[in-house]
Amino acid sequence: MKLYCLSGHPTLPCNILKFKSTTIMLDCGLDMTSALNFLPLPLVQSPRLCNLPGWSLKDGNAFLDKELKECSGHVFVDSVPEFCLPETELIDLSTVDVILISNYHCMMALPYITEHTGFTGTVYATEPTVQIGRLLMEELVNFIERVPKAQSASLWKNKDIQRLLPSPLKDAVEVSTWRRCYTMQEVNSALSKIQLVGYSQKIELFGVVQVTPLSSGYALGSSNWIIQSHYEKVSYVSGSSLLTTHPQPMDQASLKNSDVLVLTGLTQIPTANPDGMVGEFCSNLALTIRNGGNVLVPCYPSGVIYDLLECLYQYIDSAGLSSVPFYFISPVANSSLEFSQIFAEWLCHNKQSKVYLPEPPFPHAELIQTNKLKHYPSIHGDFSNDFRQPCVVFTGHPSLRFGDVVHFMELWGKSSLNTVIFTEPDFSYLEALAPYQPLAMKCIYCPIDTRLNFIQVSKLLKEVQPLHVVCPEQYTQPPPAQSHRMDLMIDCQPPPMSYRRAEVLALPFKRRYEKIEIMPELADSLVPMEIKPGISLATVSAVLHTKDNKHVLQPPPRPAQPASGKKRKRMSDDVPDCKVLKPLLSGSIPVEQFVQSLEKHGFSDIKVEDTAKGHIVLLQEAETLIQIEEDSTHIICDNDEMLRVRLRDLVLKFLQKF
Amino acid sequence: MPEIRVTPLGAGQDVGRSCILVSIAGKNVMLDCGMHMGFNDDRRFPDFSYITQNGRLTDFLDCVIISHFHLDHCGALPYFSEMVGYDGPIYMTHPTQAICPILLEDYRKIAVDKKGEANFFTSQMIKDCMKKVVAVHLHQTVQVDDELEIKAYYAGHVLGAAMFQIKVGSESVVYTGDYNMTPDRHLGAAWIDKCRPNLLITESTYATTIRDSKRCRERDFLKKVHETVERGGKVLIPVFALGRAQELCILLETFWERMNLKVPIYFSTGLTEKANHYYKLFITWTNQKIRKTFVQRNMFEFKHIKAFDRAFADNPGPMVVFATPGMLHAGQSLQIFRKWAGNEKNMVIMPGYCVQGTVGHKILSGQRKLEMEGRQVLEVKMQVEYMSFSAHADAKGIMQLVGQAEPESVLLVHGEAKKMGFLRQKIEQELRVSCYMPANGETVTLPTSPSIPVGISLGLLKREMAQGLLPEAKKPRLLHGTLIMKDSNFRLVSSEQALKELGLAEHQLRFTCRVHLQDTRKEQEMALRVYSHLKSTLKDHCVQHLPDGSVTVESILIQAAAHSEDPGAKVLLVSWTYQDEELGSFLTALLKKGLPQTP
Repeated sequence: MKLYCLSGHPTLPCNILKFKSTTIMLDCGLDMTSALNFLPLPLVQSPRLCNLPGWSLKDGNAFLDKELKECSGHVFVDSVPEFCLPETELIDLSTVDVILISNYHCMMALPYITEHTGFTGTVYATEPTVQIGRLLMEELVNFIERVPKAQSASLWKNKDIQRLLPSPLKDAVEVSTWRRCYTMQEVNSALSKIQLVGYSQKIELFGVVQVTPLSSGYALGSSNWIIQSHYEKVSYVSGSSLLTTHPQPMDQASLKNSDVLVLTGLTQIPTANPDGMVGEFCSNLALTIRNGGNVLVPCYPSGVIYDLLECLYQYIDSAGLSSVPFYFISPVANSSLEFSQIFAEWLCHNKQSKVYLPEPPFPHAELIQTNKLKHYPSIHGDFSNDFRQPCVVFTGHPSLRFGDVVHFMELWGKSSLNTVIFTEPDFSYLEALAPYQPLAMKCIYCPIDTRLNFIQVSKLLKEVQPLHVVCPEQYTQPPPAQSHRMDLMIDCQPPPMSYRRAEVLALPFKRRYEKIEIMPELADSLVPMEIKPGISLATVSAVLHTKDNKHVLQPPPRPAQPASGKKRKRMSDDVPDCKVLKPLLSGSIPVEQFVQSLEKHGFSDIKVEDTAKGHIVLLQEAETLIQIEEDSTHIICDNDEMLRVRLRDLVLKFLQKF
Repeated sequence: MPEIRVTPLGAGQDVGRSCILVSIAGKNVMLDCGMHMGFNDDRRFPDFSYITQNGRLTDFLDCVIISHFHLDHCGALPYFSEMVGYDGPIYMTHPTQAICPILLEDYRKIAVDKKGEANFFTSQMIKDCMKKVVAVHLHQTVQVDDELEIKAYYAGHVLGAAMFQIKVGSESVVYTGDYNMTPDRHLGAAWIDKCRPNLLITESTYATTIRDSKRCRERDFLKKVHETVERGGKVLIPVFALGRAQELCILLETFWERMNLKVPIYFSTGLTEKANHYYKLFITWTNQKIRKTFVQRNMFEFKHIKAFDRAFADNPGPMVVFATPGMLHAGQSLQIFRKWAGNEKNMVIMPGYCVQGTVGHKILSGQRKLEMEGRQVLEVKMQVEYMSFSAHADAKGIMQLVGQAEPESVLLVHGEAKKMGFLRQKIEQELRVSCYMPANGETVTLPTSPSIPVGISLGLLKREMAQGLLPEAKKPRLLHGTLIMKDSNFRLVSSEQALKELGLAEHQLRFTCRVHLQDTRKEQEMALRVYSHLKSTLKDHCVQHLPDGSVTVESILIQAAAHSEDPGAKVLLVSWTYQDEELGSFLTALLKKGLPQTP
């Protein structure tokens, strides 16, 4: 059993598990941090961005100035942003049988895999994962496609040139594999390959392996996966949370007794407490508004935003913000808000019981009804008429490289009254802000990452006790910026096996057993005998049938009637098949009883001699000698088959067959 | 002999009071817990004393499963759990769990407040009963205990309706509840995989009906409603608050919009708006079209359909009123019916099945003079129409489901005996599957022969599989091993491993036979002749001549020795272990015949 690691990003994993005869891809994450190297795509032409100077080498050579622009000492690629795909060369991706998706953030590379690698398998995901994943993809495609950019830079990717560039471009990895965004057509085609599954549903793959999604508590429909056969179990834990937010709580109990637990998607901000961050978010928001400024919240259209809106719902009246407009701008804003209300079965208990009343589970329904929260597909159209300041705007993309957020950064960046509050943890906020420098607006960093932290992980591992833990290498050492924090790494026994991009791990499995079914007729014919208290044995002689990877034992065929000599058979036909095995024997033969038994069966003139190791029984009349020792019996006789068989049967009576 | 036993306490050759007991591999499961609309006495609830005479129900039943929220499937639940007493788990889907208590409360109010019944379950009992409910997702495998698992499948019929698979080891039963094999305007079609249960328990409401296309029925319905309101008449459509009501509302709503009609449509009772809300929140349970478009337009937000007020019934002019309950046996629909029945311009459309004893059933069977409470006689002059909009599978649908699931046997419930008989014949003849239709209280016993799962050691399996792949393996090969049974852990291992694991030593049984041959040649020469003889005879075996002069055939050892008494004779000592017995005894017989003369 092997694990092929295709992604180096610990929270956007893409691994392939070869388990028995199946090839299973675990998640399909797309590393979008590569987009940070590109200039933002403004919705409305921005003179500032247009007039950035081209970058030239130290020696003044300016052949790259069309591709690279400089802003406040940072160099950016002036081109359509590109994303870093999972490794596609490590293993032939057309051999992947199934893809298991754990949550909507971890499926963003799906169209690249399903549409361009010859993939013919099935993708499994829960309904909320698919619906919200579709929204995320739709938003991404929309953001990129609505700002067509003629220029596509590729010169800088040349290895010899890349060496000469300043950081971070110089250190960017795998730039040759970076790809532009997919199209909506590819998204639809990719999503059509998904089969919907529910929590705790057992899905059989080729009769060999069973996969089961379990609630992971992180997002609507987010799952961990169990991949198991009858005797082996791999748990795949990806993006789990023990905090009570809106999703159904994490199912921990089902992870017990794993041989291997693959652990990915831990919190990216292990030192921040999500609750504290939410509090900080609210107070900074209120402060800015009170001072007459606007608040910009770069965010994804689903997920944490539901929790933020819920907090604000409770907070705005007490903070005197009830007259401040809240805007949610995304091509999928409406869909996201609507979809969040229909997944009752995937929500935490509190929200579920609201649906039973029946009331919408999320209070943003009320915010919309009372006109406190308004949503728009983009800044064009209705929004420009309704727009009032000061206000709070939730919009994407959190990388600040595309989407309506670019417009607001340009619009509000010059005033120190305004604040941008970062809540999504996926992008470094300093890097995200770099192309907007110099910036007068306030920047607040309140990353809200509800995924497991290292304390929770160590508790979880103690609870579920896997034999082995496999994780990205980043989790086996403290974060580079906090190298003294030995508590910010996974601590377990035996130490975790770690992987990095493009590595193949052999998983420590000792497979010993396989399931087989004994047909009832055969089971009836078995004769169990108790060997030790509580342990019984039965010898089995049966015919093995294997079909669709299922093994069945059937009763042996009845011995064929001997042909009545009509046909002359060749000599070799009569040679017995030596592969017909006789059972092994065990036990020992008590001499006295054996002799009695011989006498009872008509043998006379029996003599017993003691030897060093046992006895010799002599049947003088029959010229036969039987050596009996603790672990062996040797019958030496003339070639008299009848006699031999009689003696054999008498001996066998004292022995157990195996 | 293991067996599956099924006893209907209700819905055996009858519609109403669904309640079926199933015993499978030592587990007892009760399927549905309904009330009978045709009775107002003890017979309205199943006879739970049948289950156990003096023991507690909780001790006897492992779980209760409710298929959907219709009262004939869940109406007796609070009585069962709170008044008779059951504290075990009750499984149902989320929408059923949400809607069921509301219908129960509604039912309780009619029984207690309107009919003044005493000794009925209370509101608190409904609440306490619902606390015992465990909600299940579609396709989720719910482990009731270590052995018993259940799994829900989509059934159509009404919001949240499910079919359930009940499984213990390799034995399983599927109970369909009520289901619909064709998608309608708001729900999808029932679906099940090829799960090959030992028994499929299916409803058979429309056992003999093959319904025409839904489109025709819808057109018919709209035409009748339209004609009636055009000539100034009033249309009464008795429905249950949830289910058919929403389908017909969607139908009328779109028709009104298309035809730009202004005649008012009303929906009775406050439940309606709430009901529509449930549909909005549980939209993932509706059909694909509604699910796909709900962001743009939620089909359950009606523009033309308004809430009904009791006073409206006396308004002049045409109107359409949806009123509950659906069988005209009580409540608002019956009140309006009494008001309007005398006018031949009016029309009542019964969109679903009516149980015997209800007013609905009476007028559908042609009765035009009804005896009401207080010896009043009501003359029915209004037009009475029946349109089957019940979302039950018809005969074709039932056969289709049986084909999908591929059960070993079928058992019919929830239908009329005569019609069931017809369907049974059809199933047995066309699908060649045995079919049962027990009456209430009658038990069907099906013997089963489950295979026994054990763990086979991989070494043993691989050895066998490798040999099984050899081309000469035409004869069925026998696998030999030892089954070790410890508690409920069964493992099949090679005999060597079994001995080792149990710390037992092998006892070697060896035979040595003396074959006497008249031959004067030297022993060495003798051995060589034996070797060449066997080598030419036993082509498929490994025959070797060892340096010490002995000959081996596989692991059988042959040595030549001088005869102790007869110098003209030699003795061949043939020695083998018990495991090689057949070859050994074959060789002695062969050698006894003597060696061929050297040419």
